Amino acid sequence: MTDTPDTKAPVRLSDAAIRRRMLAEFWFYFSQNRGAVLGLAVFVLLVLVAVFASILAPHSPTMQYRDALLVPPIWQEGGRAGFILGTDAVGRDILSRLIFGAQYSLFIGIVVVSIALVGGIVIGLVAGFFGGWIDNLIMRIMDIILAFPSLLLALVLVAVLGPGLTNAMIAIAIVYQPHFARLTRAAVMSEMRREYVTAARVAGAGNLRLMLKTILPNCLAPLIVQATLSFSSAVLDSAALGFLGMGAQPPAPEWGTMLAEAREFILRAWWVVTFPGLAILVSVLAINLMGDGLRDALDPKLKRS
Amino acid sequence: MVRFILSKLLFLIPTFLGITIIAFGLVRILPGDPVLLMAGERGVTPERHAELTAQLGYDKSLPMQYLDFLGRLLQGDFGNSLVTKKPVLDEFLALFPATLELGLCAIIIATLIGVPVGVLAAIKRGSWFDQISMTTALVGFSMPIFWWGLLLIIFFSGMLGWTPVSGRISLMYYFPNATGFMLIDSLLSGQEGAFGSAVSHLILPSIVLATIPLAVIARQTRSAMLEVMGEDYVRTARAKGMPQRRVIGVHALRNAMIPVVTTIGLQIGVLMAGAILTETIFSWPGIGKWMIDSISRRDYPVVQSGLLLIAALVMMVNLLVDLTYGLINPRIRVK
Repeated sequence: MTDTPDTKAPVRLSDAAIRRRMLAEFWFYFSQNRGAVLGLAVFVLLVLVAVFASILAPHSPTMQYRDALLVPPIWQEGGRAGFILGTDAVGRDILSRLIFGAQYSLFIGIVVVSIALVGGIVIGLVAGFFGGWIDNLIMRIMDIILAFPSLLLALVLVAVLGPGLTNAMIAIAIVYQPHFARLTRAAVMSEMRREYVTAARVAGAGNLRLMLKTILPNCLAPLIVQATLSFSSAVLDSAALGFLGMGAQPPAPEWGTMLAEAREFILRAWWVVTFPGLAILVSVLAINLMGDGLRDALDPKLKRS
Repeated sequence: MVRFILSKLLFLIPTFLGITIIAFGLVRILPGDPVLLMAGERGVTPERHAELTAQLGYDKSLPMQYLDFLGRLLQGDFGNSLVTKKPVLDEFLALFPATLELGLCAIIIATLIGVPVGVLAAIKRGSWFDQISMTTALVGFSMPIFWWGLLLIIFFSGMLGWTPVSGRISLMYYFPNATGFMLIDSLLSGQEGAFGSAVSHLILPSIVLATIPLAVIARQTRSAMLEVMGEDYVRTARAKGMPQRRVIGVHALRNAMIPVVTTIGLQIGVLMAGAILTETIFSWPGIGKWMIDSISRRDYPVVQSGLLLIAALVMMVNLLVDLTYGLINPRIRVK
């Protein structure tokens, strides 16, 4: 859009310039999708809220105001100026807890996706690169993990490891990792047949270099899309685990855990239930919108040149 | 076709063995002594402890224990619950109809709404209907269903008082458990109002459980339809002057349904995960709530065998989906 490629002379571009052009091209396709841009905006906002939580939050997320139990939101009768979204059953400010909860959700998403992505890439690379019985063995193990409903397996893993945020993240990462392994393997297998790989091999590149520097960068597009989708699923599943009492433990202001604590008040105080869930929905929706846009922008088949 | 089915079945054996290893291993790596756990707070004398250990086979090596476990499984012995002392398989079979009833209703709702919405959105691509329905589908796809369930309870049970909050039927009614399906049993009982009560209990949980599959099915149907409608044979049919309804209904829809059927089948795993949350929220006495309760009660034989049974079930359904796929798409069978 902003920089039209110079078609007159074959200029030799520096790596940085090529990267800039690729980014510009990516942004062109990404910004075609209004939903994706909106999702990105909400996501950036979420990151800012998480980073500046201690400045933005009017109260401490764990401070209990004993004189302000179950205060309704400010616009409803009985609401108080200090508590914009009201307070919960032990008098904690809901808005402040939601703001700090953003830290949990982003942190969970980043950790889960990183573990699953790195694990899946290594496993998938090894399986796709070496093939044969190694590939067979690895893929059978991945099939076995995929045979379990993911939330159920994560639940049982957490039950075995012990409830808590760290174990919940590990469990979710283990459950997600086969998706990355499968994608990587498929991409590696199709890339392996290309001539540039043979050329690199002939030029004397070792296995490790072939895998990591030659093949992997060309397999990244589907992995990035899958990573975005897994990020939103991780936020959802960790909230579900928190809701079932197996994730972050009280008094952590994790959104799912907040919902679990709020459950008994659903018919008396709608706000303690509504806002944490809304926060989960908005975050997950934003990330999914972004994921849709990324898929459209990165999938060459969908590009209209 | 028989060869196709056999080869698929053969393929399942290693996966099934793997599932048993995971179910066995997960519970074996648990910290703590299973015998002490079983004895509960009363504790046991050292002699009795040794006796129980030998009786339960915990004195053998791990591989031997696994083979014992596998042997018992093949004889249909899935162990006994530590809490109720009843065989796990009996408990599973007793609770399964409740989950099946809920799951079937959910998938029927999801299909009956999702497929037409997807088809319509594809036909009217870019219209306001397309945009609104696909936005709604994305919201549904992103929905934390445990929260969605609570919201529906607040609105329909709390504010409007239309639906009950939990359970499968009002306590007013009692009738024999003939099929395990409350909808059928209540009709068979002939009691006035029983069927209505069963429906009103079922409706919110079904909607909650249907939400994510509905979104997935609508999106998948739309994209499958769009793909098919760009094919040459659809253009040919149009060029022949065939009426639009026939082109869509016969040429496009039939072919677009192939991936959609697979998608619907693959929702079984999503449904099982959803059932855990839905049943917990609505106190629905099914497999999902049973698993959650067993996990929190540390009833490990139930967790172990429940995990195994559910995984085996999901695997069997996926196999059926594969076979259906072969039936409706003859190209697959040849391979």
